[in-house]
Amino acid sequence: MVRGKLAWRVGRLAEGRDETPTARTLVLDVPGWPGHLAGQHVDIRLTAEDGYSTTRTYSLASPTDGERIEITVQRVPDGEVSPFLTEVFTVGDPVELRGPVGGWFVWRPASPDPVLLIAGGAGIVPVMAMIRARRQVGGRAPFKLLYSVRTPEDVYYADELRRPEPGLDVTVLYTRKAPDGWPGEPHRIAVADVNTAGWPAEFSPQCFVCGPTGFVETVANVLVALGHDPRRVKTERFGPSGS
Amino acid sequence: MGIVTPGFRGRARSADERLPPGQYLVEDFPVLSAGPTPRIRTENWTFTVTTESGLRHEWSWSDLLALPSETPTVDIHCVTRWSKLDTTWRGVSLDTLLEDVDTAADYAMVQAHGGYTTNLPLEDLLDGQAWIAFEFDGEDLTSEHGGPARLLVPHLYFWKSAKWVKGLRLMLDDEPGFWEAAGYHDYGDPWREQRYQGD
Repeated sequence: MVRGKLAWRVGRLAEGRDETPTARTLVLDVPGWPGHLAGQHVDIRLTAEDGYSTTRTYSLASPTDGERIEITVQRVPDGEVSPFLTEVFTVGDPVELRGPVGGWFVWRPASPDPVLLIAGGAGIVPVMAMIRARRQVGGRAPFKLLYSVRTPEDVYYADELRRPEPGLDVTVLYTRKAPDGWPGEPHRIAVADVNTAGWPAEFSPQCFVCGPTGFVETVANVLVALGHDPRRVKTERFGPSGS
Repeated sequence: MGIVTPGFRGRARSADERLPPGQYLVEDFPVLSAGPTPRIRTENWTFTVTTESGLRHEWSWSDLLALPSETPTVDIHCVTRWSKLDTTWRGVSLDTLLEDVDTAADYAMVQAHGGYTTNLPLEDLLDGQAWIAFEFDGEDLTSEHGGPARLLVPHLYFWKSAKWVKGLRLMLDDEPGFWEAAGYHDYGDPWREQRYQGD
């Protein structure tokens, strides 16, 4: 017996929009999609005419919305799959996918705990799904987001994150080039950033940290040093050195 | 074979017979990891094997280093689809550690600092297939890679090679570990693409 989420389904691209010069959001219609939790992933399988096929895993960018799902794909220079998905894949085209995958790095809307989201670069995608899930259910759990990017042009979902939202504090940190008027110099995330933008450890927030391996290592170590219970710190690392 | 994706050709590919299906050598992709990296000091490190009857066998760090070690060069395969060929480690074979352990168990639950667990058939840890590894590429294993010591079981997906390993609990019956309880496959053979339950 194949469980529902393991079945390969055929989805179609309903809409595509650029998030940054190198990242594109894909909205897919997936008949039979079983639903998912914010933070989960989907496997996408591409097959060439000669039968060659390859699969990649992408974080879901938004909560369940019927049979419609969203992912945001960062174009990896010289990549095999991301240039296809961001440049060739066209509205109406089919693609195979299965999921949702992953049940650990997830936020459940019933939880009233404060939430600290810390994202580096493309690591914003699964935590954005959590922010959107909170909005979708009218949740009142207090959220803070600390989002590290290289330059202002690298901010995903920029308009949406600029819009004031009750109970959500957004702090953006720039590592290479900051916008005019941003206080301080561009820098990599450090103790002071996490301490200032996060919750005190005694509030016992759920912490979700997602980004490149080095970023996640740094942030997770800082959180533990600041007194957060390691069991409350869930992490997701990008990159081959992470597992 | 699935439906053809219009316009997708894939990268020029060589048939590398050492690459299991669905794996590729280097690419950015999400990796699931449970939490912060535990920092374990070797003076506090022990490795414990507990049999199904509750008998404990324990090794300190210096006990481990006093045992004969091996330097396997192996290919490793992560369920998130990356593979790395010809990685070189140094460690103590589980054959050596389990030599004097009297058990009728068929399964082992691997236990790690930080609370992580993973289950395997005991026979997959024997006959030169598994090590407690404490060096990678000639250097001490870093905390990020599971140091001071991790399990190395290269013939299974790498989530079975628990980082920060601290012991084995031998079991007569199989039980799921951390990822296995979250929907990953109980066995995890990369050559059969046993990624999730039901694969």
